[in-house]
Amino acid sequence: MLEDPFSRKLNGFRFRGKRTLNAPQPTPGSVGIVEAKKASFTEPLPLRSGAVLPQFEIAYETYGELNAARSNAVLVCHALNASHHVAGTYADDPDNLGWWDNLVGPGKPLDTRRFFVIGTNYIGSCFGSTGPASVNPATGKPWGADFPLVTVEDWVEAQARLAERLGIERFAGVIGGSLGAMQALQWTLSFPERIRHAVVIAATPRLSAQNIAFNEVARQAIMTDPDFHGGHYYEKGVVPRRGLRIARMIGHITYLSDDAMMEKFGRVLRGKTGPGFDFDIDFEIESYLRYQGDKFASYFDANTYLRITKALDYYDPAADYGGDLAAALARARAAFLVISFTSDWRFASARSRAIVKALLEARKIVSYLEIDAPQGHDAFLMDDPRYHGALRAYFGNIEL
Amino acid sequence: MTEDEQALLAKRPDLAAIARWVAPGARVLDLGCGDGALLRYLWDAKQAPGYGVEIDAAHVVECVRNDVNVLQMNLEDGLATFGDRSFDCVILSETIQAIHHTEQLMRELLRVGREAIVSFPNFGHWQARVQVTLGRMPVSRELPYQWYDTPNVHLCTLEDFEDFCRRLGLRVLERLVLHAGRSVNLMPNLLGSLAVYRLGCGAPS
Repeated sequence: MLEDPFSRKLNGFRFRGKRTLNAPQPTPGSVGIVEAKKASFTEPLPLRSGAVLPQFEIAYETYGELNAARSNAVLVCHALNASHHVAGTYADDPDNLGWWDNLVGPGKPLDTRRFFVIGTNYIGSCFGSTGPASVNPATGKPWGADFPLVTVEDWVEAQARLAERLGIERFAGVIGGSLGAMQALQWTLSFPERIRHAVVIAATPRLSAQNIAFNEVARQAIMTDPDFHGGHYYEKGVVPRRGLRIARMIGHITYLSDDAMMEKFGRVLRGKTGPGFDFDIDFEIESYLRYQGDKFASYFDANTYLRITKALDYYDPAADYGGDLAAALARARAAFLVISFTSDWRFASARSRAIVKALLEARKIVSYLEIDAPQGHDAFLMDDPRYHGALRAYFGNIEL
Repeated sequence: MTEDEQALLAKRPDLAAIARWVAPGARVLDLGCGDGALLRYLWDAKQAPGYGVEIDAAHVVECVRNDVNVLQMNLEDGLATFGDRSFDCVILSETIQAIHHTEQLMRELLRVGREAIVSFPNFGHWQARVQVTLGRMPVSRELPYQWYDTPNVHLCTLEDFEDFCRRLGLRVLERLVLHAGRSVNLMPNLLGSLAVYRLGCGAPS
């Protein structure tokens, strides 16, 4: 689900936060210094809920050059807590390394010498695109709780407008992991003629009851925080920090495998030689979760979190086809690369196999990799040589 | 014949027979497809669109590099991913000897495909018989492993395989027996080291 700091920590550095000895270093072949851009749209965006967004902005970044034939564009969709900042660093924030910098760059598996790569933020986000903290043009105040619920389908509609703005009629590919993978999948359904390849990683065609249950616990943590104020906390000058940090702690548990967590933390005590027999931190894992929760609560917006978890819950392209995913996928024209990770228990490999089975039934072109990686759901952010080798080979074979 | 084809056929003589039996444009499923060389060849030579199934990650990456469709799955888990009669031809080339659930997989071949092509090293070849007679486990070009490192668990002879097909109600449509890349017609179960069968459903008419 998350482009997550833990993954960076595993590699010996941190994703966000203050400059430290372990500050993120761009790997060789980095795109270097990048700039975030914004595209404004004044044409209203009708949403799946029936609501209409009167105007909106999308934050995005680009890497590489669009070729003359405009045939080399690849859209990168992010998951729950990441952003359009996919690769490189900012001149004024050199420690802020893009969340998929190990994949995207000159000479990297998604090679920016060959492809024009676009990192896009989704509407409802708190990282630059129009979202709950943006000003509602009707009131002149932040939208807050009044910001409509947005869905994966809505995001893809908005991204299609961004593509038009950038002069891209057809993407060479759309790639994403987790929630980003849902967007890649939806691209093949919303705009079958405008996407040639869909790279769908650590995905599910719909959330399970257990997935929804975890999301609901996270939402309840936020909404029962006394500082939530029904979503109108901006004007009160507070943040439902307690709720956010619990939501993040719950999410975090689901992004890692039992083995990865045991490997990293075990039952190691935090600065103690024995149990404290109180409710302070005893174990390293407790310290880690509190740290992640606090950090997340310091930069992520609660209204955004609520909406994104709902977008996840609602996504189910087969629903309009009586649950028949193959029927839903019939209109896709893209070739698919589906990748799952054996230790991912949040969106287990069986979910990806269900996508593959439906694609085969619908007679689509598909390849499927099931990577035996230990990190759990977050494995999609790692640079496992088989995983990245396959992506390099796949993108290398895309004709421009 | 191109150099690629010659290299492929020199490495895997059964592939020539398989390629001959696959109709142009046929939908092919290659179980245990390795690096995807056969699928690549079938696409180039026959415009036959195919899928490979492979469990080894390095091979799967090679398949992607060779631009063939590949699905990383374990054949021992069965073929539930594939619908009934969803392929014209299901290929199991030099893989059956390494499968544990042989009977289940053989039944699945002709559920998923209209036809199946199965090739395997012939354990009845005279060299194997001689080696066993001399008190040794056979090691040969087709069976290059020592007893302690072999992935092969279900070796058979032509006679054994044909009995097995009869028991499963599978019909042998064609058979090609090879040794050193050449067809063997005389005493194939003794002189052939590699067998290739084309199978269909139902008893012989």
